[in-house]
Amino acid sequence: MTDATMDAHGDPNRVREIAELTMTNPGPAPKRIVTGYGFWIFILSDMIMFSAFFATYAVLLGQTAGGPTGRELFDLRNVAIETGFLLASSFTCGMASIAADMRSKTWFYLAMAVTCAFGVGFLAIEGNEFASLVARGAGPTRSAFLSAFFSLVGLHGLHVSAGILWLLTMMAQVFAKGFRADIQRRFLCFALFWHALDIIWIAVFTVVYLLGSAQ
Amino acid sequence: MTQAHDNAAHPADLAPGDEHVEGGSIGQRVLGYVVGLALAVLLTATSFFVAGTDLVWQPSIPVALVVLAIAQMGVHLVFFLHITTGADNTNNVLALAFGILIVTLVMAGSLWIMSNLNHNMMPMDQLMQMQR
Repeated sequence: MTDATMDAHGDPNRVREIAELTMTNPGPAPKRIVTGYGFWIFILSDMIMFSAFFATYAVLLGQTAGGPTGRELFDLRNVAIETGFLLASSFTCGMASIAADMRSKTWFYLAMAVTCAFGVGFLAIEGNEFASLVARGAGPTRSAFLSAFFSLVGLHGLHVSAGILWLLTMMAQVFAKGFRADIQRRFLCFALFWHALDIIWIAVFTVVYLLGSAQ
Repeated sequence: MTQAHDNAAHPADLAPGDEHVEGGSIGQRVLGYVVGLALAVLLTATSFFVAGTDLVWQPSIPVALVVLAIAQMGVHLVFFLHITTGADNTNNVLALAFGILIVTLVMAGSLWIMSNLNHNMMPMDQLMQMQR
């Protein structure tokens, strides 16, 4: 309350009667909401970028230039395992959120380590898939369809890699600085990012792999 | 929402990703994630099953897959990101709605324009004939 009143004093845009202000305007939103909302906008713009890659893939799905189609290339068993890994990591990330709120370092490290392990496992399977495709002569240069496939799935993989780096940074920051308010805000953003990656993966496995192998 | 983040000045707002649980205990919060996980697993398993089955009418499969995917995204949004229809979430939902609008325009617009171009474009061999 007092904070909000003082901030309002310092802000020339809000020169008003304090009494009126406190009655009608509770003051600037807390930093946690501002940070979280800003990061939410970033995530939504990231999804808009992904939508362009999805549109490209959908348009180029049939342009195989006489090369292999999705049905011949995709191994749905691997994709199911990848999906399971990412889903499980999203769940353990949620557990880490609860641990962070409870300020329990042990549970936080445990949940984050499991999240990291699932994320690395996901990347390993994806890397393997990419390597085997390239080895079979179905690399990104083979056809427009494969270029679009590698761009879209690779972009998601890059996001997961960045997420894992961020995850390790968060563990180090909690280790070094504890559950300070600013560290909690960063973790809120990380959790949003990680859950959003799983949402994008739902679109990837549906559009790219399941619909792609139906072609 | 836990004691860590509640704010007397803003009882009506929640940061995206924060959870509002009335007197939320750890058990209740974990249960929320477990329910979300169970629903997501169910929907994923259905997707993979539908994609490879002969039991349903084949042309319905793509539609079914898209519907299942959208349902699962909803599950993730509500149970993992805690983007709900509650009054404390209005800003977050409106931003999401705008995002969905742009995503829909980009995807549907690209597909529509490209299929239209494809349809109207003369086959390449005829085009070559005309240039001679």
